[in-house]
Amino acid sequence: MPVPEWLRLRRDKNVQAEDASLWEKCPKCNEMLYRKDLGASQWVCPRCGYHFRMHAYDRINSLVDGDFVEIGTDILPTDPLGWVDKRPYKAKLDRDREKSKLSEAVVTGFATLDGFPVALGVMDFNFRGGTMGTVVGERITNLLEEARRRRLPCIVFTASGGARMEEGMLALMQMAKTTQAVQRFMADGNLFMTVLTDPTTGGVSASFAFQADLIVAEARAAIGFAGRRVIEQTIRQKLPDNFQTAEFLLEKGHVDMVVDRRELRETLVRLLDYAVDRSRLTPTLKAVPEFALQ
Amino acid sequence: MNLIVEREKGLVELEARVTALRERDAASDEVRVLERKVEELRRDIFGHLTPWERVNMARHPKRPIASDYLAALDRFDELHGDRHFRDDPALIAGFAKLNGRRVMVLAQQKGRDTKENIRRNFGMVSPEGYRKARRLMELASHLGLPIVTFVDTTGADPGIGSEERSQAEAIAACLTTLTEANVPIVATIIGEGGSGGALAIALADHVIMAENAVYSVASPEGCAAILWGDSARAPEAAEHLKLTSQDLLGFGIIDEIVAEPLGGAHRDAAGFVGRMLATIDNALAGLAPLSADALRDARYTKYRRIGARRDESGPRMASVLT
Ligand SMILES: [Zn+2]
Repeated sequence: MPVPEWLRLRRDKNVQAEDASLWEKCPKCNEMLYRKDLGASQWVCPRCGYHFRMHAYDRINSLVDGDFVEIGTDILPTDPLGWVDKRPYKAKLDRDREKSKLSEAVVTGFATLDGFPVALGVMDFNFRGGTMGTVVGERITNLLEEARRRRLPCIVFTASGGARMEEGMLALMQMAKTTQAVQRFMADGNLFMTVLTDPTTGGVSASFAFQADLIVAEARAAIGFAGRRVIEQTIRQKLPDNFQTAEFLLEKGHVDMVVDRRELRETLVRLLDYAVDRSRLTPTLKAVPEFALQ
Repeated sequence: MNLIVEREKGLVELEARVTALRERDAASDEVRVLERKVEELRRDIFGHLTPWERVNMARHPKRPIASDYLAALDRFDELHGDRHFRDDPALIAGFAKLNGRRVMVLAQQKGRDTKENIRRNFGMVSPEGYRKARRLMELASHLGLPIVTFVDTTGADPGIGSEERSQAEAIAACLTTLTEANVPIVATIIGEGGSGGALAIALADHVIMAENAVYSVASPEGCAAILWGDSARAPEAAEHLKLTSQDLLGFGIIDEIVAEPLGGAHRDAAGFVGRMLATIDNALAGLAPLSADALRDARYTKYRRIGARRDESGPRMASVLT
């Protein structure tokens, strides 16, 4: 059980900055950046605006008012196919758990955003490339069901390389499972929003990522169905740089807006303000963990 | 080259020789010896197919493809287009009668030869194809027609145009529409079921799989490329993926298998197609009495239970960040 990690992490304001090296080089402008400063600037390069991939807990910390009540921590990976290639799948899971300080590729729970109670899911590329296996599918489904029960808006941040190969067809079926949950949730008149972050591809993009009422893409994120390399191999030519970027999708009409990370929280709050009637929020609904425990 | 085509060469020759000999003298010892040898050879080659051999069987050039099933229906009238961009020849759809029953059919169509394969894009459906499918799923719901699908694709089309027109959204929308459908849905995997491109028309109340069809999270080539950066290791990926009909029945991902003759469906194409259609009809008969709500509830439960469950000994809620 990863409980001791949770207990430790909950006090961390900056999970990613704790990593081994003190410095990080910006891949865009080559500036050497102090990791602690990067943490403070939401992992956006202060010089050129490059968006680094963000740890799920750092993301949550950058968004929520205060408390975050995590659910789904009892939904944990197994090895349903008994998969062994170079290393056993179980060993890969152990290593990713260690490396990412996460128990799986998505963190789910409840929080408030500027007083709005929300169900929040945040995927993390650091765990198995954010791939959707049975745990991601179950945690997202569970989040939507719990949000539906409480009539809360639900926001999911996606970051995924697609379906998880090592869980085979059970992983593919999570597309069907999460679709069922999204459809039920939305049919009741609840608001479902997704924020597509770098990268969002494959089975996640072809299911809940693109089923939301509102789809926000984070600036410069890579978003698509097929992987860039697969397309290049199929058509045997190099793709333009902007292909499958958030900005490209905006131009083609597939997302509602593209937002810079530094304006993301404010934008989400503005959208919630249109979608949710603040006057109907009861005192209990405004305070986590009160509504979470209902 | 197809592995099964290679393997069956000797067998096909031997079978021809037996037929010729039998015509001359059916009672000769030589005929009896050779007949026994043919039987043995058949069992040798096809008795225990490896997953990679199954993949080759699913891609056999003579294997029945969607159009063979459509031709065996009482009636079929094709409906075209997504009403926005174009008509996608990789996905055939339309009204049909199956044993007198009115249905809406959606089918992924590969080609029989190179020319048709190019026109059909090797059965790889583009966003327009999925949008046509979605439009007709909605029409089926509107008219109260059960939906019957035939899945046979390596995967959804991975081209520039498909990304520009959002393949992801097109597939995601099909999944939503099938989830909402107020009519019975029966899906069949007749050849290859590759990835989300297959699932887009296979989220169903009853999923039937041909014995030697394969259904996987990615094509073996795709999986090998993703995991090991080498699509040539597809046979190895096929071993890992648990993509055979027996595997998937065990996981509860499919509901029924239609047995194929030893050597594959193409060795008795008409007979096999007929048995598949009869199996579909039987499944539709079973679903027919259910109300729209009962269908949707059962569909929810069916997919809800596939995959991870909570470990009841663990904490239900944890870690309050402050
Ligand atoms: Zn920079």
